[in-house]
Amino acid sequence: MSLFRGRRILAGAMTLVAAAAMTACGSKTTDEGGATGVTADVSGDTVKVGLLNSLSGTMAISEVTVRDSIMLAVEEINAAGGVLGKKIQPVGEDGASDWPTFAEKAEKLISEDRVAAVFGCWTSASRKAVKPVFEKNKALLFYPVQYEGLEQSPYIFYTGATTNQQIVPGLDYLKSQGAKSVYLVGSDYVFPRTANKIIKAYATANGMTVLGEDYAPLGSTEFGTIVNKVKSSGADAVFNTLNGDSNVAFFKEYKSAGLSAAAMPVVSVSIAEEEVKGIGTQYLEGQLTAWNYYQTTPGAANSKFVAAYKAKYGADKPTSDPMEAAYVGVHLWKAMVEKAGAFDVEKVRSASDGITFDAPEGLVTVDGKTQHIAKTARIGKIGADGLITEVWNSGKPVAPDPYLKTYPWASGLS
Amino acid sequence: MTVLFGQLFTGISIGAVLLLIALGLALTFGQMNVINMAHGEFIMAGAYTTYVLQQSITGAGLSLAVALPVAFVVAGTMGVLLEVLLIRRLYARPLDTLLVTWGVSLILQQLARDIFGSPNVQTRAPELLTGNVALPGGLTIANNRLFILALALAAVAALTLALRLTPLGRRIRAVVQNRDLAAVSGIATSRVDRTTFFLGSGLAGLAGVALTLLGPIGPTMGTNLIIDAFLVVVVGGIGQLKGSVIVAFALGVLQATGEYLTTLSVAKVIVFVAIVAFLQWRPQGLFTLRTRSLA
Repeated sequence: MSLFRGRRILAGAMTLVAAAAMTACGSKTTDEGGATGVTADVSGDTVKVGLLNSLSGTMAISEVTVRDSIMLAVEEINAAGGVLGKKIQPVGEDGASDWPTFAEKAEKLISEDRVAAVFGCWTSASRKAVKPVFEKNKALLFYPVQYEGLEQSPYIFYTGATTNQQIVPGLDYLKSQGAKSVYLVGSDYVFPRTANKIIKAYATANGMTVLGEDYAPLGSTEFGTIVNKVKSSGADAVFNTLNGDSNVAFFKEYKSAGLSAAAMPVVSVSIAEEEVKGIGTQYLEGQLTAWNYYQTTPGAANSKFVAAYKAKYGADKPTSDPMEAAYVGVHLWKAMVEKAGAFDVEKVRSASDGITFDAPEGLVTVDGKTQHIAKTARIGKIGADGLITEVWNSGKPVAPDPYLKTYPWASGLS
Repeated sequence: MTVLFGQLFTGISIGAVLLLIALGLALTFGQMNVINMAHGEFIMAGAYTTYVLQQSITGAGLSLAVALPVAFVVAGTMGVLLEVLLIRRLYARPLDTLLVTWGVSLILQQLARDIFGSPNVQTRAPELLTGNVALPGGLTIANNRLFILALALAAVAALTLALRLTPLGRRIRAVVQNRDLAAVSGIATSRVDRTTFFLGSGLAGLAGVALTLLGPIGPTMGTNLIIDAFLVVVVGGIGQLKGSVIVAFALGVLQATGEYLTTLSVAKVIVFVAIVAFLQWRPQGLFTLRTRSLA
């Protein structure tokens, strides 16, 4: 066997690996044309809802926890008699961390299973892939994750935070703590880049300096250079929009470079309780996060949610913000249907405005115009036990403003 | 100036990581010419070994010290099993080897997911290795990076000496240079192959332990490393350790410089373009093994 033959084969193998990696980023527009609204099948004594999450692939880590909490909500509702007297029958599909697959499965849930609503999606890319499917079929999606804003589909309810409920409060908090300069570190894709555009506009208007802005490719685990740059910049704080595994490498590097929460705090928007477990409290203690919910959020609704979740899935399983938002989504849908008195999508939508729910995160209210929900912003500090405790909150629910129209400094953004 | 030295050290330490993950591959791919796509999963096995040991040994320093030899043996044993059960039957069929080992890598990833769960797990690093050495002029050098550099250099030194001085090393070199001649001279080539595979895979396990100090420990950690590891060995020249050593550090420094002057994504592009250009100029890699073998 010649050495060069081996190399040529290796080149082929590398192409194969690269191709496999690319399919995860590919996108496909689903447009079979013609269809105008599929009515949900509610003739029996059950009503079907679709659950669309990645149970395999790189996003499975996060999305499985969301699926679990959606199931918890479904069980609770069924135990209490269902929706309009009908038991919910969940139909699960695996989006497989692949955006075209999400679009395909969404189509299947709507057209074949004729579900009344779909709960799921995590990444903005998967949401963007299914959005045309829901709009074409006039079907409903409940999307549970904080995202970059600047979107408002009539067929999506956004139960996670938009930028003015997470990133802007995070900046307000830093400003109130006297931070005059920030360094921006993020993963190289749409959410961090959009978020950083907003942060830069905020900084300009609020007398803060952005000392640097660096992006790491998704999945990157080499942060020597970025941490060197952050350190030599002497910034008062770091705003971190890294996603996934990169956070682990970033925080390990951060600590070994001698940086700490006391000297230069890091505010993260993608690190919840589950991620804290994977990174290690040794590296995270004292660092800040911006969310709307923590496992430690006080209140009877949350104690009940946490206890029910742990009883069902295990005492070592933490609850986190996206899980809570997904759980809230199911309950909000129930309330909307009951107020409308029907499962019909248009009726549910027009009934949505002003619906409230005593959620684990506190009282939330649906804003019918934007189809986002008003929620309380909370800044938390990561403790030695891996739990996040609140150090600041907005006092009252913040009205959703996905296009940041009420912020003069953001006028040039969208 | 401080930043310059900081970056130089960052480059060297990126090189040390590359070297550590590529060293085992330099043996199995470089010496035996087996394309083992599951090499990354042996690295993962080493990392999870550290995690498992830390569940029973509480001292972070002690468990790390124990993890080094144990991970070497665990990953090495996995390598031998793979060699005996699959690769041996496919020595003349490189394309099949590639597909089979890729399949094995997927199986191992799923196995890790089933045993340890899909979220990342954490290990505690010894306090000593989370600190840094402060040098005059405000320059700091992270202890974990120093440790990895030392480990990589020690592994290279041990491997070089073993290949040069021990009877086993002589046999390995003989098989690499001319398998048929070695066989007729009375060397049990299949046993040598097995031992080489044990060493190569064991080194991957060692790399896994070191990587727990830097990055995530999860089922997919190996996949992220395997391409870099192959690049180092291919550019370094097949059949040569010194090529891998030089190339690992050169790529590390190039990467760090590129990162500093541009962005991380662009730096990656620069490195890949440089590699493509280099291989156009020297398709055989930096060093080549001259033999009279006909193969």
